Amino acid sequence: MKKVAYPYVMWMVIFILVPLFLVVYFAFTTGDSKNYDTFTFSLDNFRRFLSPIYLEVMTRSLLLSVISTFICFILGYPIAYIIANKRSAKMRNNMILLFVIPMWMNFLLRTYAWLTILGKNGIINTFLNFLGFESLELLYNSGSVILGMVYNFLPFMVLPIYSVLVKMDRKLIEAAEDLGASRSTIFRRVIFPLSLPGVMTGFTMVFTPAVSTFIISNLLGGNKTTLIGNVIEQQFIYTGDWHFGSTMSIILMGIILLVMAITNKGGGDLEGGRGALW
Amino acid sequence: MVKKSFRNIYTVLIFLFLYAPIIILIIYSFNESKSRGAFTGFTLKWYQDLFSNREVLKALSNTMIIAVVTTIVATTLGTLAAIGIHFSRKGPFKQMALNLNYLPILNPDVVIAVSLIALYRFMGLDFGLSTVLLSHITFCTPYVVLAVLPKLKQMNVHLAEAAMDLGAKPMYALRKVIIPEIMPGIVTGALLAFTLSVDDFAISFFTTGHGVQNLSILIFSMARRGINPVINALSTFMLIGFFILLLVINRIGRKEEEEIY
Amino acid sequence: MTSNIMIDLKNISKSFGRTSVLENMNLYIRENEFLTLLGPSGCGKTTTLRIIVGFETPSEGNVIFAGKDITNVPPYERQVNTVFQKYALFPHLDVYENIAFGLKIKKMDKAEIRQKVTDVLKLVNLSGFEKRGVDSLSGGQQQRIAIARALVNEPKVLLLDEPLGALDLKLRKEMQIELKNIQKRVGITFIYVTHDQEEALTMSDTIVVMNEGLIQQIGTPVDIYNEPKNAFVAKFIGESNILPGIMHRDFLVEFQGVQFPCVDKGFAPMEPVEVVIRPEDIIMTEASKGQLTGLVEEVTFKGVHYEMVVDVQGFKYLIQSTAMAPAGETIGMKILPDSIHIMKRGEAS
Repeated sequence: MKKVAYPYVMWMVIFILVPLFLVVYFAFTTGDSKNYDTFTFSLDNFRRFLSPIYLEVMTRSLLLSVISTFICFILGYPIAYIIANKRSAKMRNNMILLFVIPMWMNFLLRTYAWLTILGKNGIINTFLNFLGFESLELLYNSGSVILGMVYNFLPFMVLPIYSVLVKMDRKLIEAAEDLGASRSTIFRRVIFPLSLPGVMTGFTMVFTPAVSTFIISNLLGGNKTTLIGNVIEQQFIYTGDWHFGSTMSIILMGIILLVMAITNKGGGDLEGGRGALW
Repeated sequence: MVKKSFRNIYTVLIFLFLYAPIIILIIYSFNESKSRGAFTGFTLKWYQDLFSNREVLKALSNTMIIAVVTTIVATTLGTLAAIGIHFSRKGPFKQMALNLNYLPILNPDVVIAVSLIALYRFMGLDFGLSTVLLSHITFCTPYVVLAVLPKLKQMNVHLAEAAMDLGAKPMYALRKVIIPEIMPGIVTGALLAFTLSVDDFAISFFTTGHGVQNLSILIFSMARRGINPVINALSTFMLIGFFILLLVINRIGRKEEEEIY
Repeated sequence: MTSNIMIDLKNISKSFGRTSVLENMNLYIRENEFLTLLGPSGCGKTTTLRIIVGFETPSEGNVIFAGKDITNVPPYERQVNTVFQKYALFPHLDVYENIAFGLKIKKMDKAEIRQKVTDVLKLVNLSGFEKRGVDSLSGGQQQRIAIARALVNEPKVLLLDEPLGALDLKLRKEMQIELKNIQKRVGITFIYVTHDQEEALTMSDTIVVMNEGLIQQIGTPVDIYNEPKNAFVAKFIGESNILPGIMHRDFLVEFQGVQFPCVDKGFAPMEPVEVVIRPEDIIMTEASKGQLTGLVEEVTFKGVHYEMVVDVQGFKYLIQSTAMAPAGETIGMKILPDSIHIMKRGEAS
């Protein structure tokens, strides 16, 4: 019976494993990207990455994604909690459905929509002008990128947390009440700790796309907020230096793996955390 | 703990935050003027533009074709994979298959996209429809596996054996017993694959070369050229499309339930 | 040998990785026999069953079915059918479709299938249940459908893997009798797996007691109960009092300082042995009239009888009797010669 999985495993080896090895290979070599014969082993790409411009890009990516993740957490936990505590299952399901529907709309469209709101002639500025105030530069800065990240990835934080909270054993809370704990104590010492696996999943599911995005920074960020995703895109699509692009991809993967390792330590095993999303 | 009114206000604010951009897009799709600020008058001309715009229609059909083919292949491949993995003994094969499965889910789009074009160049493939299809199948199938596996775990472990005991060859048991049992998981997986394929930007963008444009790529290029209200019309249209799809699926789901009882 | 051998297991060994589950097992099963594999969890009985059905291949040895070696024949080509522990009825099919499943594979014609399904439903007393959904049936009904689904294929051998485990006590006892009747009526071999020794004693023609992958004893229920070959069997089947003794000579054994006439022979003079006495075989009497005297420590009412723990020179006897002696009382105990069963020292471990 297990033989039926062989085609899939082969597919994945060819289309996932081999490409990753190729990227690693590219990262550690230089030469003309189009001609394999010119490849020589080199750490130049890594040295190049350590120069100020790129380090700045990396720092900015990390900073913005960490901030976005944090904001998603601050905004997302309460709403997950509120929905999970609704009495009727129908209410809960409907609210979560409402939460998820925007995710179906195209990612680009959702991001693009903010241009209409934040733009020089956008809604907010029109409104401000109407009240007699000056137009604000709301777009093309770090703030708008963070806004874009939070807007797009908030559901990824809310869903895992909601999933864990809703499956929590009510009896644990009752037991704590029975032992005389106040509501805030119960939250601090029973509910929150038990919801940590969901929180960790949420962190990972927000941080990973946030740190690697290039669309949000492209549409909402302008030239001043280049992120590492943008640099990789440029290298592969425009510049054509696949070696350098691969190096940055590897570094990006490394950071994500590191973050996942940290969050897994904090919240339980991979399968369990992953399970919290579905 | 916190006053009920605070909770309700907060909930409303968050949902407003989520829906504001969408609602604005929908409203502005009927806006007479191209300007982003003032709403000058009601019009349907952007919708007319949408449906007569060659570029848009081509992108739409591309997106749909890719999504349908991807869904068929990914669902088949993924379902068989889940079945194979489920029936394997615990050991290196099972572990490796599961890890391979998780890789594309955990890796960011950019990295997957980049690694795929490295592969295609290595294989000497021309970028175009075929590379996009291969890429979509690659990143959609793991989600099918994830949707089907839990259903397999819930299934009575002796079901397949009972079928074989009664004389069914393994393929017959698969067709007549296992697949009907896990059908809800297969349907969920197919839906996931379809949604992910329609919505994809990064991977399509990188692997299409100068060839095929799907909806997301189209929107991206339109957005870069400047604001175009046709995009607003497109987004409203897509949202309605999704709603209809959801209703249809709900109908089918409810019909199935009624038939069982 | 009055009947033919249906199944012959020759030198069967089975390991999973480094764990050995069955060691060099040899067993034959006769036609129309009701044979039970009895033993605790992990003893290898289910593995043996699965090897007979074909879900496992033995690491070593052969499975001979009606004279033919079927060791490497897949389960869907063997003429055996199984009733699974949790029934494994197909949830998406109704009762008729479940039962007809095997017949459809054999490409039988529709009218014939219909007839056979009707007949077998009658056999299990569930006529008219054809259109019912599996979920709407009670545990006992599901179980009978599982039996029907297996029997309708007219196998030469029916295997049952602890089929009554999920039923409540009363229903279980009723089903035990019904299963036995079905076996007699249909006239095929039944191989039954259970860990419940009472069930085995009730239903079987032959019991195979297993432990840790080895056969401990094969025999009729009466034999196994009255003449356990070793301490494991003695302890597993019914309750036993087991204590050390000395065989003075044939038909005379001494334990606890008292000599008892008994019915065993063939031991060396003054050979150290193990003495086995069933709790229900100890006769309680006045303290002065017994072969042994003891102090009653505990009394428990079990409905069917009383159970008493009686201390005799430090050894705690278990006595079952409809008579009762309260805790604290000193009683006499009489044991008749054929209630004493002698085993060689060392067989009791």
